Amino acid sequence: MQRIHDVGGLPAGPVDRSPHDYAPWEKKVDAIMRLMIGANLFTLDEMRRTIEELGPGAYEELSYYQRWIQAAANLALEKGLVTPSELGRAIEAAKARHAEAASCP
Amino acid sequence: MTHAHDGHGHGHDGHVHPHPRQPDIEDAPLTWHMALTEAMAELIVQKGLCTPADIHRTLEKIDAASPAAGGRLVARAWLDPDFRARLLQDVNAAAGELGIDAGGIPIRAVADTPDLHNVIVCTLCSCYPRFLLGGSPDWYKSKAYRARVVREPRAVLAEFGLDLPEGVQIEVHDSTAELRYLVLPERPTGTEGWSEDELAAIVTRDCLIGTALPVAA
Repeated sequence: MQRIHDVGGLPAGPVDRSPHDYAPWEKKVDAIMRLMIGANLFTLDEMRRTIEELGPGAYEELSYYQRWIQAAANLALEKGLVTPSELGRAIEAAKARHAEAASCP
Repeated sequence: MTHAHDGHGHGHDGHVHPHPRQPDIEDAPLTWHMALTEAMAELIVQKGLCTPADIHRTLEKIDAASPAAGGRLVARAWLDPDFRARLLQDVNAAAGELGIDAGGIPIRAVADTPDLHNVIVCTLCSCYPRFLLGGSPDWYKSKAYRARVVREPRAVLAEFGLDLPEGVQIEVHDSTAELRYLVLPERPTGTEGWSEDELAAIVTRDCLIGTALPVAA
């Protein structure tokens, strides 16, 4: 079966070559992935498999690094490196820190 | 939550007015994926999987990677046939000779000839020799490039402004997680007597991908 990521040879429109500067959070996603792969906690193949498993909706609608971080989180959960409740708490803490920083005049 | 910042010198005559400032990262709304990224970064440190210094160092390495490294390899190969032979045999080792860390994944250099032009892609994903080329451009990861460059490379290259003569064969190399590619273009005419630095400067990122050719400026 040809899956959503397997696009080689499919018809497609013109290549959009507009440049894009990476946002800090995107670089951080990149760093997280590299560190996890560098520490042999993830392999490249696992990472790609997890991205592909996000399915057609995610693949079509999410940006590149949105897919990556979602895949990194799924892989960390799958491997038991983090638990769902730890992840949930850490997300709430990140939101709270951001709200606090944003309210600082 | 508000902060008064008393004693900071922010207030005059009892009223507080904000700094004139550029948009900071804190001013952007925190998206779900940004929060997830922060959460993951914090958790991997908490769990002892890496240190904050590891994250910082990796971010610095991401920022430092640039196609200048690939340009140096090509310029040296143009000037030194023995280096060229070693580059074609083992890019990672040849890069090491110049003090360049090409990363742990094998990279193969594919050499252009007068009759052959090489171009690289990763149809399944976005594999790319980033230590030698810097971060990949969005278009390299785009569905349009990945889908089309293997079926109609000549048309895609023409869209990039690279019109190759009909007699020139095009080889498209599909990168994987185990093997990546780097194009070794031909040295353009008009560069006789140039220094290595001058040569390296005309080898752009797109020259190393194969969607452009170096030209004597």
